[in-house]
Amino acid sequence: MTWTYRLRLAFRVRRKLNRSFTVTFLLFAFLGLFGCFSAIPLIYAVNNAFKPLDELFIFPPRIFVRNPTLDNFYDLFALMGNSWVPLSRYIVNTLLITIIGTAGHILLASAAAYPLAKYRFPGSRALFTIVVLSLMFSGHVTAIPNYMVMSWLGWINTHLSIIVPSLAFSLGLFLMKQFMEQIPDALLEAAKIDGASEYRIFWSIVMPNVKPAWLTLMILQFPTLWGSDGGNFIYSENLKTLHYALGQISQGGIARAGVGAAVALILMIVPITMFVISQSNVIQTMASSGMKD
Amino acid sequence: MQAETARQAASGLVRVKSRPRLAGLMRELRKNKHYYILIAPYMLIFFTFTVVPVVVSMGLSFFYFNMLEFPRFVGWQNYTRLFLDDDVFLIALKNTFIFALITGPVSYLACFIFAWIINELPPKIRAVMTLVFYAPSISGNVFFIWLIVFSGDSYGYLNGFLMRYGFILEPIQWLTDEKYILSIVIIVQLWLSLGTSFLAFIAGFQTIDRTLIEAGAVDGIKNRWQELWYITLPSMRPQLMFGAVMQITASFAVAEISIALAGFPSVNYAAHTVVTHLMDYGTIRFEMGYASAIATVLFLIMIGTNLMTQKLLRKVGQ
Repeated sequence: MTWTYRLRLAFRVRRKLNRSFTVTFLLFAFLGLFGCFSAIPLIYAVNNAFKPLDELFIFPPRIFVRNPTLDNFYDLFALMGNSWVPLSRYIVNTLLITIIGTAGHILLASAAAYPLAKYRFPGSRALFTIVVLSLMFSGHVTAIPNYMVMSWLGWINTHLSIIVPSLAFSLGLFLMKQFMEQIPDALLEAAKIDGASEYRIFWSIVMPNVKPAWLTLMILQFPTLWGSDGGNFIYSENLKTLHYALGQISQGGIARAGVGAAVALILMIVPITMFVISQSNVIQTMASSGMKD
Repeated sequence: MQAETARQAASGLVRVKSRPRLAGLMRELRKNKHYYILIAPYMLIFFTFTVVPVVVSMGLSFFYFNMLEFPRFVGWQNYTRLFLDDDVFLIALKNTFIFALITGPVSYLACFIFAWIINELPPKIRAVMTLVFYAPSISGNVFFIWLIVFSGDSYGYLNGFLMRYGFILEPIQWLTDEKYILSIVIIVQLWLSLGTSFLAFIAGFQTIDRTLIEAGAVDGIKNRWQELWYITLPSMRPQLMFGAVMQITASFAVAEISIALAGFPSVNYAAHTVVTHLMDYGTIRFEMGYASAIATVLFLIMIGTNLMTQKLLRKVGQ
């Protein structure tokens, strides 16, 4: 009896096509190793938020907390209660940007994706090619003209400067269009025969059928907006975002280590939770993400 | 070729007979009116904030412009200054290429390999492992944890660990020593680079047709490596191309991590990239023309690399 056979018995693994157990075992070990590399900083960040001050500065450092406490969060709220602009203001700003930005993006991207996915009309192919090309460079390239456009529109120091550009995020349109191509044409034809207008078809037939893609667009758009600190566009304190305010707090250095850890937890937990909830839908959408030749 | 010209001639003839070209286009536009209305809001914003800015940026790169005075045409001067007189830009360019050459391929391979192994796991564990690898890329600025790890005093975890076991006697200034900055930024960048393409690969593996694999086994495929090369890779080509675009674009855009870890500007520009150079001139010095030249160079590098890679990937499994 070889050791691999014994292991296989222990884990009740049946032999699969094209798979040798030894290699599978080694690959899983490899995956586990890098999984730790990936997860430990996050686990550590979560634990830090619940550590009392003496544990935060203990040496050598421990990953897991011994005596969990909520002190860091109380300190955070006390601190924010004393700040010039109330914490709730930052929360409202962030929620405003995030919700309008994400919902608007899903709506506009779906509306644009439907004709591009299902019909050929003059310019449709060229427009989609431009969208695909725009995936190939980052937003930094357009930063300078964007700033000029914003100041020309008078949007500097308003939330519009963050929300509006994010509505036309090109990855969202691309994924939505690829996903919509799977909707059977017969469904749309049937609706047309029943006398539904294009808008009606889009709203009552296409949209309910692409729910997984909504969630995907949400999970891609949400963290960007949630983590937005207003960049170069927003400089009034009462328009700034939660991310900015919390960032300022953790700038406090050693004295704010505990509060900083609580801040980090609040900022990371929201996008991660959303991903956990929507994971299977996201994967379903990504299956159609491929680029055709 | 001949057939094509013949067809063109024929369609031209038909058009001449029926109605003038413009009227045909108008009719076509009217017929598709609803589609144009549906795509209009998105495209309006997309063109205003993405397409037009790229063109404006290219145009502006030939001007001297400081947001106050009227732009002054200077020809190629911004570009000659960029490549001949600006030593910091050359450092930035070199760093950007080092970043891209390492983080691009490594993160792409990591996305693929991890997705491939994860695909062998039972569904519940698969979901957990997907989360484990994907979480860093959406957890915002949690990479500040790495600041503690690489902290320059003896309380930094890496220093503490190395000193405890006697590898070093004095703490190393990881984030201010030119020798280490670049590698540290690369490590952290890799840590959070399993993003959208990783999910696309996970999804791609799940859509592979099982019957293909069984048929392959009949045709003599014996192990997982052969299965990967002859069946899995070719059937995942669309996802591979999509993933490549995502990873390449991200690998040339390294900036936020560099600023957070190494500062802005970093010691002796050791972690300076094209993007941080662009920020320097665009948002601090307000030399918009010069910054546009930097942006144009960045644009050409990103698009060029992407299109080249697409061409290469088209050959996978052929």
